[in-house]
Amino acid sequence: MIGRRFRRDRYGRYRLSLAKAERQLLRSLPEQAKEVLHESEPSAERLYPPAYPGDAEASAEYRQMAGASLLDRHRRALDTMVETVDGPSLDEAQLHEWLDALEVLRLVLGTQLDVSEDSPQIEASDPRAAPFAVYGYLSMLQGEIVDALADRLDPAGTGPEPPEVNP
Amino acid sequence: MIVVATQGAPAEVDRPVGDEDVLTDRPWLVIVWNDPINLMSYVTYVFQKLFGYSRDKATKLMLDVHHKGRAVVSSGARERAELDVYRLHEHGLWATMEQSS
Repeated sequence: MIGRRFRRDRYGRYRLSLAKAERQLLRSLPEQAKEVLHESEPSAERLYPPAYPGDAEASAEYRQMAGASLLDRHRRALDTMVETVDGPSLDEAQLHEWLDALEVLRLVLGTQLDVSEDSPQIEASDPRAAPFAVYGYLSMLQGEIVDALADRLDPAGTGPEPPEVNP
Repeated sequence: MIVVATQGAPAEVDRPVGDEDVLTDRPWLVIVWNDPINLMSYVTYVFQKLFGYSRDKATKLMLDVHHKGRAVVSSGARERAELDVYRLHEHGLWATMEQSS
């Protein structure tokens, strides 16, 4: 397919086809996001859901146990993106980290922009036009990585059936 | 919002003596909630990757999340459920857990 940004080569590496402006964006956004990753930051709210809604104590215990490693993981993914964005290709583990990094970037930016499921029409003169365009770009990029990685999964699955419960 | 049944809730007091195990053994349900940010293809992918579900089942769960607002994606003992919640949080999904009633 023409125009794919992540093409798997015969060595199992993913060739990066990114324009200079894209690479520049993917270098600077992670650095900005890292400033607001901590759970005390309003922009990071989506990164730390309460595990036990309605039970503040259990949620706090969970947060205490999980918060630091979630933060570490998000930071590491953003660092990998910055470290590898100027190279020609990624290995599969790095592509997974890019997926994580894009997830973090979209959760932070989507929270800042207060996005809803029906994307509003933003006029070009709107000051939010630029960040919304960036958000749309990140969504497209994440979709491309999902497609590339989903290709590697067995569509028949490898695990048990999901639970039948559906309240 | 949902109400979580906690261990030792008053509703359980009337259970017959000797039935306490039922209370602690009731499985925990791991729930993923709809959110306006995550891509549908991404959510499907995460269900496939984390739980080994088939693409069809993962898609069905994703659509449940999307249309009904939430879906139970796994269930089990408390520690197991909490690990699943954590893995879902690692992947940016809005996951919570509650004990089944």
